[in-house]
Amino acid sequence: MKASDHVRTELADENADGRAGASDRKNGKTSGLSESSRTEKIRRAILLTILPLLAAILTGGLLILAFGENPFAFYGTIIDRGIVSSSGLQETLIRMAPLLLIAAGLIVAFSAGIWNLGGDGQFLFGASIVGGLAATVSDAMPRGLMLIFMLSMSAAVGAAWTIVPALMKARYGINEIITTLMMSAIGVNLASLSVKVWFLTGEQGLQIPRTRILDVSDRLPTLFGTRVHAGLVIGLVAVIALHLMMRHTTLGLRLNLLGANVKAARHAGLKVSKLIVVTFLLSGAFMGLAGGVEVLGVQGLVRAGFNPALGLVVVPLVFLARMNGWVTIAFVFLLSVLTIGGELATRQAGLPNDFGLLIVALVLIFMTIAEYFEARRVRGERTVWQTMSDRLLSRGRAGV
Amino acid sequence: MDAESTGSVRDSIAPLIEITGITKRFPGVLANDDISLSIEKSEVHCLLGENGAGKSTLISILSGMTRPDAGTILIEGIETEIDSPRQALDLGIGTVYQHATLVPTLTVLENLILGNTKGATLDETEGRRRLDELASILGADVDPNAVAGDLALDEQQVIEIIKALWKGKTALILDEPTAMLAPAGVAELEKMFQRLKADGLAIVFITHMLHEAIEMGDRVTVLRQGRVAGSIGPDELRSEHSERLRDRIVEIMFGSEAPEMGDVAELHVDVLEDHPDQGSLEEATSDAGGRSIGAPILKLDNVSLEASPASHGLHNINLTITEGEILGIAGVGGNGQAELAEVLAGQRRVDSGQIHLLHDGNLQRIDRLGVHARGQMGLRYVSDDRRGEATVGSMSVSINLVLKKIGDAPFWRRHIMQAGEIQRNAESAVENFDIRTPSADTNISKLSGGNIQKVILARETMSNPRIVIHNKPTHGLDVRTMLMVRERIRQMAAEGVSAVVISNHLEELLDLCDRFAVLSKGRVVGIVENGPDAERHIGDLMVGGAVS
Repeated sequence: MKASDHVRTELADENADGRAGASDRKNGKTSGLSESSRTEKIRRAILLTILPLLAAILTGGLLILAFGENPFAFYGTIIDRGIVSSSGLQETLIRMAPLLLIAAGLIVAFSAGIWNLGGDGQFLFGASIVGGLAATVSDAMPRGLMLIFMLSMSAAVGAAWTIVPALMKARYGINEIITTLMMSAIGVNLASLSVKVWFLTGEQGLQIPRTRILDVSDRLPTLFGTRVHAGLVIGLVAVIALHLMMRHTTLGLRLNLLGANVKAARHAGLKVSKLIVVTFLLSGAFMGLAGGVEVLGVQGLVRAGFNPALGLVVVPLVFLARMNGWVTIAFVFLLSVLTIGGELATRQAGLPNDFGLLIVALVLIFMTIAEYFEARRVRGERTVWQTMSDRLLSRGRAGV
Repeated sequence: MDAESTGSVRDSIAPLIEITGITKRFPGVLANDDISLSIEKSEVHCLLGENGAGKSTLISILSGMTRPDAGTILIEGIETEIDSPRQALDLGIGTVYQHATLVPTLTVLENLILGNTKGATLDETEGRRRLDELASILGADVDPNAVAGDLALDEQQVIEIIKALWKGKTALILDEPTAMLAPAGVAELEKMFQRLKADGLAIVFITHMLHEAIEMGDRVTVLRQGRVAGSIGPDELRSEHSERLRDRIVEIMFGSEAPEMGDVAELHVDVLEDHPDQGSLEEATSDAGGRSIGAPILKLDNVSLEASPASHGLHNINLTITEGEILGIAGVGGNGQAELAEVLAGQRRVDSGQIHLLHDGNLQRIDRLGVHARGQMGLRYVSDDRRGEATVGSMSVSINLVLKKIGDAPFWRRHIMQAGEIQRNAESAVENFDIRTPSADTNISKLSGGNIQKVILARETMSNPRIVIHNKPTHGLDVRTMLMVRERIRQMAAEGVSAVVISNHLEELLDLCDRFAVLSKGRVVGIVENGPDAERHIGDLMVGGAVS
């Protein structure tokens, strides 16, 4: 938990800074302080985001070169497919919807110091219930009502799947990393089983067991004549709302307090057990909603064994964004571009599909390294390089 | 201490450690500003200074935790850069920190050889030999197989010292080693210092207690605002009268404010111990005894908490505190003080018994209420764990000031935070309590212990307190802040706000309180009124209670 404590501290630093900036603006102060903090922010953005991104692109390029492919062509394809081409950009935005909702679920949990790593199970429960019931329910009620009902259902089952880890944590202090991962393993298989047993469509001649298809006309509405569905809006609203909630509401402060220091939370009179359960339920609800949105917006059905395994990919992003909603949105966009663009780029270059993930991993690693050096700089410590060079130069003198 | 003099003596008798021009700047603070001093063999070098004077930075530089921005360190005349704690240990410079560094679940021997192994296996035989050697130098009786977590605080400290000396015996640095010790433990520590000195070690010793510096130190250096404000050499320390020395140190510490600080009660009591014939103890406490006693405000009936392996629990505590009264909880630490404080604050539920608090004119039962509800009724708790419990280091001063009011107007309306109100509240607290902080938005972890204590005190005593529980309210504070805290407690009592003061320092309780309850193994073993014999009575009860 050391690492998470550290991240949380950094996060709260950020919070305090953010608040400071806000109050400065409110008071109409344009002092040198806010001026310098603005350049400081730009400097940090470059150092912590753009530099690592460039480093990852460079390293990835060298790897592509080592595979005998042209890195410029590879990255050209990623950018063209991920952002520039209209159909590619739409794919990217469609992919963002479930990722944003998963990120929302993680922001709640991580802010409160709770490691909900069971996102996949919660996601698939949300997906399966929608896949299993949406088509049938749509026969009984108008589309709008059906969509709201099914989205609520997906959130509810996602939340429900966290109850066991939540109570174990709240009552007995059992480590939720283990319990959520275990419940996720059960959930993934149970969701698949539910498709085979309860939600199986009556249609004949199926290769893979699946649920009934929801008519395209009954799915989430699309935006501005594109294929991008309303799930993107739901995801964006969720992340931004949470961002504001964590900073401006009682529940937000309570969760932050719980995450920062449980002892202090108890001292301040918070009902720690209740808060833990609330955190789990909220987190699970967003995970389930992510599953619901993916089925209602894109898939229209769920096949047995369906598991996009998005839960863990988002974890490092949310941490690197320090649970900041806006930064999370930017990171999720980047991840989507790299995955959508990467799918085509790897295929064209004849590289394994996992190569796209490799680029994502490189970005994450370089961002983490940048964070490390920045944190050391802030604490006024010397870098590894400085220490090493000092050692080499002053070996004789230091070895008294 | 200038270059000329050091140059001439280098060949003959270079100081063991000579620090020249050490400067360290942290964002917004010049923690060490051109500090020069020398640490000699077989000497106890006391570092004095208020919180934030730069003592901790200086020792963290010496122990390799922090690198100075400028300045040099000469060890036996050779310029040396201390890059890491490991290197400091290799140089024989060991540090004992305020916080425990032992792994509580491991044995003493395991703790010591951990991190000092060569290769993959633990060399127990060699470890035992080294432990015996160091224990005999210290004159301590150490069981290598005892589990570290089971040891008392002073026993743990001996292990910490042995651990610090494990790699080599050049210098031993101790950061406020006496803060958590009972008087007997302090005497024991002093004996160890003598033996280490005889062995040729240099000891650097940080303390807030002037009398300890005068009694134990061979050399005293006072830091003020990151600079060396002055020092007193061995000759003067040996020859001068302790009262004159005290005046000198106070003058160096506070400069022009010295006369005002000279009246510090803690200093009087300490000096009195040297001259028991003067007997002005009554004088120091007379103002406390003279207050009129009002109606009962807090009442405990048979309050009990079950004992556990880690705690004595509480057993049938019956206490009544009246309006404007200051009740002291005396006793050796770990005898139920923390449990009592938490039960009163509402952080812990009683297993049996009742607690009543005066509210709306009558005594209302509160033992089922939470922290927030009790706080609103005017019962407040100043925790002794400033950084770990009472505040959240990663949050701003202004938020820490309202942590116990989450959801309450005017700081929140319809669950939405009112940043302006919180800011205003913080500004008034900063002003009224003289909190030294760059701004109200600064993270509280960046503040010194004394200023954190002021934040906590502000939070707990602003907006109509009725009774405040103070757990070790001045622990680890510099004289100025300590005075301010005590004055605040007295002043509130004069306004009718009661206080329960828990402290390990009897002189503090004698200075502040009207009455004392002596705790031993979770029981109240006696109630003593403050007066000429109070100290002796309490001492008897503490000892008697411990024996039974």
